[in-house]
Amino acid sequence: MAEAPEHAPKAAVPTGPVEPAPPADAVVPAFITSLQKGVAGSVAQLSLYLGDWTVIVPVSQLLQAMEHLRRAPECVFDYLSDLTATDWPPRPEGRFDVIYMLYSTRLRHRVRVKVKIAEDQPLPSVTGIWPAANWFEREVFDMFGVNFTGHPDRRRILMPEDWQGYPQRKDYPLEGPGELLMESPLDWLKLRQAREEADIE
Amino acid sequence: MFDTNELVINMGPQHPSTHGVLRVVLRLDGEKVVDAEVVIGYLHRGIEKLSENRNWTQIILLTDRMDYVAAATNNVGYCETVEKLMQIEVPRRARYVRTILCELQRIASHCLWVGTHAMDIGAMTVFLYAFRERELILDLFEEFCGARLTYNSMRIGGLPLDLPPGWDKKVLAFCDIMDSKIDEYETLLTHNRIWLERTKGVGVISGAEATALGMCGPALRGSGVARDVRKDEPYAAYDEMDFDIPVGTAGDTYDRYLVRMEEFRQSLRIIRQATQGLPEGPIVGKVPRLIKPAAGETYHAIESPKGELGYFIVSDGKSTNPYRFRVRPPSFCNLQALPRLVKGHLVADVVALIGSIDIVLGEVDR
Repeated sequence: MAEAPEHAPKAAVPTGPVEPAPPADAVVPAFITSLQKGVAGSVAQLSLYLGDWTVIVPVSQLLQAMEHLRRAPECVFDYLSDLTATDWPPRPEGRFDVIYMLYSTRLRHRVRVKVKIAEDQPLPSVTGIWPAANWFEREVFDMFGVNFTGHPDRRRILMPEDWQGYPQRKDYPLEGPGELLMESPLDWLKLRQAREEADIE
Repeated sequence: MFDTNELVINMGPQHPSTHGVLRVVLRLDGEKVVDAEVVIGYLHRGIEKLSENRNWTQIILLTDRMDYVAAATNNVGYCETVEKLMQIEVPRRARYVRTILCELQRIASHCLWVGTHAMDIGAMTVFLYAFRERELILDLFEEFCGARLTYNSMRIGGLPLDLPPGWDKKVLAFCDIMDSKIDEYETLLTHNRIWLERTKGVGVISGAEATALGMCGPALRGSGVARDVRKDEPYAAYDEMDFDIPVGTAGDTYDRYLVRMEEFRQSLRIIRQATQGLPEGPIVGKVPRLIKPAAGETYHAIESPKGELGYFIVSDGKSTNPYRFRVRPPSFCNLQALPRLVKGHLVADVVALIGSIDIVLGEVDR
């Protein structure tokens, strides 16, 4: 296999996901046109890739748009299939994408909703619309440090409660604290950074 | 005078009937559960993070370790997601074999479920019976790929190797054995007075509420919602198969039990169709030597024995590993509904309810 050896220089860090616009002849499904009409300015960008529709929504419109997708008769997205995030550290317009995979058990269609937020930007919780979001949002908070407002129980879920750092972030080391955990269980991230800086000097 | 104080007790993480390392903190009023809090993460191995640092083929092996009693289903889900991302067409024979393996796996997983669930409630015999049949399936898997638990049995684009000669006959023979065994389990449980007392009306949840809570698989279908990825968004060769989706009506533990018992039979139906109609031909599609999908992202879901198992994968098109690898674990979503289900029931019912949502902690914690 012609694979790059492990020590090869890493390719440039990508600055964002590829979100191709739908081709001109693509028929926009009714749930998207309904959203465009129902909540003005809620569709900042539209994307179609491999048959999956993605709607990118501004943070300010998120709750309104979600409420519309849940209730409107053309949408009825009653099932929150998944909620997750991706991390794009160098991206200027905000580091995280929070992604909602919605499904309608009645109309049997799917859509992906995305919001782009900065590192310390709060994001309204959708637990009021889909109770299923509770644990999903806790996991996104646990793994990425995304700050959900209005969440009923915002605690870490998979990692221990006193854990430092957010493991799924791209700048979090794969091996975790390693030996440093024994040395200083509370501030290993700071300690590690200090050591790395000392190494560079 | 007497004072009713609330009592807080810990169930797990080392408790025989929590099916792994699940901890449930129960607040009790006498024997009634007032509130429950589920604590998870004891089996967290960082599979998502690890996968983002492994190449595309190495990840198949990691997916085995999530739902370790249904490893083949996890493999299929992952491989299909990558195939969707790379737009690889999988040959018909490979899709048929995948369907057979997925359904065998569903029977094996349900065998484990019916055994442990019944044992939790107090019926020891079913456990021994169900594990006897599960063993037959493990033997079939062993013959196919050499492993009995973590199979690593799929490759991106198709299968690692063709079926051993005579394997399909053994599968059909197994189907004939299994047919009568399901009736055996049902004789022990379905009309058993103790079983009915322990499961009927326990943990009732309506279809709308179960959907809102994100429940999936047999746990959701027990509440009367006919949601099955195999029918709604067909993958492998399910669009060519003829089968029914059993649904419950009451949404209690007994209905969830009945749904899974009927799924045994439907799985056998699918296996028979797929084995008898197994087409000849290649087993691997056109796959480039270096697997490196173009930049883009996709979500693909399959129906694992526990429910909707989804993969959301982002490729940056530059490196040989995924940029983001996310698993939507069905057990995680079903477990989330546990506090709602146990409220108002007795402590002994908590055990019945944990069994009834059929969780595997390897998948919950990843």
